[in-house]
Amino acid sequence: MALNLDFSFLTSDVIKANLVSTFEYSVQLTAVAAVAGTLLGTLIALMRLSSQPALQRFARVYVDLLRSVPLVMVILWFFLLIPSGFYSTIAGSFGDAHRPELAAVITFTFFEAAYYSEIMRAGIQSVPRGQVFAGYAVGMTYAQCMRLVVLPQAFRNMLPVLLTQTVVLFQDTSLVYAIGASDWLKGFQTVGNLFNRPAEMYLLAAAGYFVISFSLSMLVRRLQAKIQIIR
Amino acid sequence: MSDLLAQIKDSATLMCTSIDDPTVYPSCFAPGKGDMTYLQWMLHGWGWTLLVALVALVIALGVGMVIGVMRTLPNKAAVLFGEAWSELFRNVPVLVQLFIWAFVLPEIFPVLKQVSYATLACVGLGLFTSARVAQQVKAGIATIPKGQRYAGLAMGLTLAQTYRYVLLPVGLRVVLPTLTSESMNIIKNSSVAYAISVPELIWTSIQAGEQTSAHGTMYFVATIFYVISALAINRLAVFIERRTRLSTAMGGK
Repeated sequence: MALNLDFSFLTSDVIKANLVSTFEYSVQLTAVAAVAGTLLGTLIALMRLSSQPALQRFARVYVDLLRSVPLVMVILWFFLLIPSGFYSTIAGSFGDAHRPELAAVITFTFFEAAYYSEIMRAGIQSVPRGQVFAGYAVGMTYAQCMRLVVLPQAFRNMLPVLLTQTVVLFQDTSLVYAIGASDWLKGFQTVGNLFNRPAEMYLLAAAGYFVISFSLSMLVRRLQAKIQIIR
Repeated sequence: MSDLLAQIKDSATLMCTSIDDPTVYPSCFAPGKGDMTYLQWMLHGWGWTLLVALVALVIALGVGMVIGVMRTLPNKAAVLFGEAWSELFRNVPVLVQLFIWAFVLPEIFPVLKQVSYATLACVGLGLFTSARVAQQVKAGIATIPKGQRYAGLAMGLTLAQTYRYVLLPVGLRVVLPTLTSESMNIIKNSSVAYAISVPELIWTSIQAGEQTSAHGTMYFVATIFYVISALAINRLAVFIERRTRLSTAMGGK
């Protein structure tokens, strides 16, 4: 045992410069990918359950392909394939200066949609068929029936699973390392390199991710217990 | 259309080219020992991916089984240890865990400096996955009615014998399908080992991409290899599930 931990170099200036905005970025990435991914995922789940064979096939290929390839591979693919002019088109000079960060947001949205769609599919299938018939019987269209009857229940039934997936997503954002985006982990690494103290910073990174993921999963568990009582 | 065909032909030629000089081998495999084509290099990377995944899976199953059983024992300390283990390895990103195995633990335990990063990646990935396996083993044992445990103990079996002959044979069979999906996950997660320079598929495709400026071609080949791995695991999972299904369970024979 020969590790002398020394955190004295961690002044509030160092933290402010390296660990605050990068943390905000990781949280933003998680939030955007979770919301947009759930919306896109719901759309894909509806395609998968539709009666159109072409839509069904598209949804199945989309989900199966993204779920059989590692996230790192998908991150590399998106960064390679998104044309460099795209970033300035959507966000001007800011976009041009933050290519990896923007690419990560797009990648995670499309990648997580595959996982969220499987959850939403299970959620939609958990709603009794009779409710759809009841919706049609009172004169609702397919879209109304989905929007007003099926999806709200599917979403509520699956909320704990969706949130658990989001905790996993938060941990996975660290993989943007592959394209050098400035996320929280990168912030820890930058400080580690700056003061030649990588061991301290990796341990601190582990502690940071642990505290956030652990407290979030505890909250999810509590929510789950609450929802179970309601039903 | 002809553009695309030409591009495919170029990519195929590139894969059959030696990684050291511009020689193109018609068979796509360099004859000598000292030389190899890009295709061979990528296959080599695929081999590393599968090797790391397999070793990590063995570690994950062994450790995960022990931790999972601990979480069901009538001993508070064992349960607490098991839960702490699971939470620790589940709530830290796998990339951070591998960095700690490669760059922090060797500072604390100098013995680890002699261990290769590939070995550390296997251990790191194995322990990361052990937390998930433990969760499933625990859930599997929890599906068995409590009466079976009591019956075993009442017959005079020791606790160890009750697990060995009563609980584990049923519990493990119940969780087997989820364990095969875990082996699929471990192949995907092994890709993270590229970050500590283990020469697996991702690492190889990045290196080969840099060397040839043909990133797309290398990523494409790597993606194909990952998809083939996933399909193979999928087939294997169906087969194993059919072989081990309990005749008394729903959908049994």
